[in-house]
Amino acid sequence: MKKFLVIMIVALTLGVTINVILPSISLAGAENSIAAAITAQAPTVHKVEANKTITITLFVIIVLITLGIVIWAAKRTKTTADFYAARGAITGLQNGWAISGDYMSAASFLGIAGLISLYGYDGFMYSVGWLVAYVTVLLIVAEPCRNAGKFTMGDILSFRSNPKPVRAAAAISTVCVSVFYLTAQMVGAGKLMELLLGIPFKLAISGVGALMIIYVVFGGMIATTWVQIIKACLLMTGAIVLCILVLAKCGFNPVQFFTDVATNTQIKTWVQINLLHEAIPKAGFDYGQRFLEPGLLLKDVWDQISLGMALVLGTAGMPHILMRFFTVPTAQAARKSVIWAMFIIGTFYILTTLLGFGAAINVSPQLISHVDPGGNMANLLLAQMLGNQIAPLVGDFLLAFLCAVAFATILAVVSGLVLAASAAISHDIWVNIIRDGHADQHEQVKAARIAAIVFGAVAVIIGIASERQNVAHLVALAFAVASSGNLPVVILSLFWRKFNTAGIIAGLIIGTALSILLVLVSPNMMYPKTIAAGAQKIVVALEKKQAGGAVLTDAEKANLAKSKIQYEQNKDGTSLMGLDKPWFPLKNPGIVSIPIGFLSAVIFALLFRSKKEEDAFDELYVKQNTGIGVADVLKH
Amino acid sequence: MAQQQTDWAAIARNPKFIELHRRKSSFLFGWWIFSNIYYFLLPIGAGSAQGLFSVQLIGHINFGYLFALSQFFVSWAIAIYYASWANRVSDRLTNELLDELKLR
Repeated sequence: MKKFLVIMIVALTLGVTINVILPSISLAGAENSIAAAITAQAPTVHKVEANKTITITLFVIIVLITLGIVIWAAKRTKTTADFYAARGAITGLQNGWAISGDYMSAASFLGIAGLISLYGYDGFMYSVGWLVAYVTVLLIVAEPCRNAGKFTMGDILSFRSNPKPVRAAAAISTVCVSVFYLTAQMVGAGKLMELLLGIPFKLAISGVGALMIIYVVFGGMIATTWVQIIKACLLMTGAIVLCILVLAKCGFNPVQFFTDVATNTQIKTWVQINLLHEAIPKAGFDYGQRFLEPGLLLKDVWDQISLGMALVLGTAGMPHILMRFFTVPTAQAARKSVIWAMFIIGTFYILTTLLGFGAAINVSPQLISHVDPGGNMANLLLAQMLGNQIAPLVGDFLLAFLCAVAFATILAVVSGLVLAASAAISHDIWVNIIRDGHADQHEQVKAARIAAIVFGAVAVIIGIASERQNVAHLVALAFAVASSGNLPVVILSLFWRKFNTAGIIAGLIIGTALSILLVLVSPNMMYPKTIAAGAQKIVVALEKKQAGGAVLTDAEKANLAKSKIQYEQNKDGTSLMGLDKPWFPLKNPGIVSIPIGFLSAVIFALLFRSKKEEDAFDELYVKQNTGIGVADVLKH
Repeated sequence: MAQQQTDWAAIARNPKFIELHRRKSSFLFGWWIFSNIYYFLLPIGAGSAQGLFSVQLIGHINFGYLFALSQFFVSWAIAIYYASWANRVSDRLTNELLDELKLR
C-alpha cells in the first residue's frame, strides 16, 4: 500500500509539474479533419451543462471501484504471466467483453453518433468497418496468435527468426502505434472533460494519465482486463437505456423512426442549407430522404476504400488487441472471445445509429453542430433532452451517467495501450535484447512496471503538448501503421514457410515509415497556403460587397477583419513537410502502404532466404494450428 | 520442455495434420475473402451506385441502409458458422491428431 501512495503522489506531482513547465508548447492547428475528432471546441452560447455534483460523484465511484480492482489485482500480480497475460486465466466470455472495452473508444461512443446526427447515412457507413474488421481477427489472427505467442507481438515474430533485430523492430512499431492512438485518446479525453465539466485540459490529462499508470503498474493485465470489462458493461448500459428512450418516441416502430427522420423539418433545412449549400430549395427534392442517402460526408470513394483497408487489416495488427489473446487459456477460448466481442461491438454500433439519428430528430443537427462542430456532444445533448422530458433530475442523472461512461471508456482504452507498449519495451527490448532473456521473474515484472510508468508519463506530456494540434489523423495513422507494418509480417510469419528475419524487419520498417510519411504529406496536415486562399476569397467577396455600396453587418465586419489576419498569417507558410499543398491526395494511406508493406516483406524475405528459419516453420505451423505446447508456454 | 525432442517435420507430414491444415486454410481464407468482398461493396456502391442505394424499400428505409445493416448480420453469420464448423471439423481433427500423437 505504501508503494501505491508513493506512485499516486509521483503521478500527481508529475501532472502539476507539467502544468507549470509546459504552458506554452502549442501550435496553431486548423481543424480540417472530420472523422473521429474530439478536437473542436464549442462556442459558449449553448452548452452541455453537466450537473457537477452528480457527475463528479459518479466519476469518484468509478475511480474507487477501479482502484478496488487494482488492489485486488495487485495481490495476484507476481509473475510476468500475471502481469502481461493475467495468467492466461481469463475466460472466453470475459475476454470478449474486455476486447470490446479495449476497442470501443470515446470516439466510437461520441464521435460516430455525432457524425450520424450531422451527416446521416455516411456516419453509419463509417461505423461498419469497425465491426467487419473482426472477421479478420477471428479467422486469421486470434487462434494462431494464442497458440504461437506468449506476451507480445515480438514473441510471435521472433519464433523462428533472429530474435534480437526482430524484437527491436516489433517493439518500435508497437510503441509507434500505441503513441499515435494514445495521443488521440488523451487529447480527446482532455477536450471532453474541459467541455463537460470545465476541468482544465492539462489537469484532465494528468488525472487520466495518473489513473492509467496506476491501473497498469499495480494491476497489470488483470486490473486492465476488469477495467475494460466494467467499461464495456457501462457503455452498453448507457447505449441501451438511451436507445429505449429514443425508440419510445416512435412507439418502438423502426419504420416510423425513419419516417420521423425523413420528414423532420429541421433535418430538411440542415441538409439543404448546411450540407448541400442550396439557398433556395429545389422543387420536388426530398431533403429529408437525402439525409438517409450516401455522399453527404464521405465524398471520395478511394479515401473510403483506403480507410476500409486500414480498418479491416489494422485492427488485427493492433498490439493491444493482439495482446488480449494471450490472456485466454486455449485457442477455443480465443475464438469464443472474438465471437462475443463481435456481438457486443456490432450491437453497440447498431444502437449508435439509432442514437445518432435520434439526436438528429430530437435535438436537431443545427443545435448539435452549434454546441460542437464535430458533433461529439450529440449523445450527451440527446440524453439531457430526453431525460429532462421525464424530469429535470432524470436529465441531469442521464447526462452525468453518460459523462461517466465516456470517462470509463477513455480509461479502459488508454490502459490497454499503455500495457501493450510497456510489454513491448520491457519484455522485448529490456528482457530479451538487453538482458538476453536472463532476467528473473522479479526483475522482469519490475522492468515492466518501470516501462509502464515511463511510457505513461511520456504519453501525458505528449498529450498536453498536443492540446492545440489536430489529432484526428493520429487514429487513422495508428490503423495505417498496424495494417501496413504489423499485420503483413504477422500473417506471413504464421502462414508462409519462406518468410524470415529480413522480411520481418523490412516489412515492419517500410510499412511503418511509409504510413507515417504518406500521412505527413496528406491532406490531414495543415496547409497554410490553402487556408490563406480561403481567407482571401472571403476578403475579396466582402470587400466587393462593401465597394458596391452595401453596409456590412457586424458579423461580416468581424469576419472580414479575421480573414485579413488569417490571410496575412498564412500566405507565406508551408506545411510541416514544407509543402504548399498535399502531395498525397488521400487522408488514409492504406491503399498504397498496405500493398507496399506486404510486397517489401515478401521481396526481402526472398532476397535473403534462410534455410534454418524455413526448417523451423514446421514447428511454428504445427503449433499455431494445433496448440501443441501451449501449456508449456504458459508455465515458463 | 517435453517437446524438445518432438519431430515437428514428422507431425507436419502426418496425413491427419495435412488434412487439418488443408481444410482450415480453404475455410478460413475463403470466408475471409468473401467477407472482404462483401464489405468493400459498401463504399464502392455508395460512391458509384447512389441510385440503387437510394431506392426506398420499407417506408423511408432504403436499400443503402439495409445493405449497411446487413454487413453486421453477415459478419455475425460468418462468426457463428465458423464456430460451428470449428467444433465439428477443425477441433475434432486436432483432437484426433493429438490422440494419435499421444500428446493428450
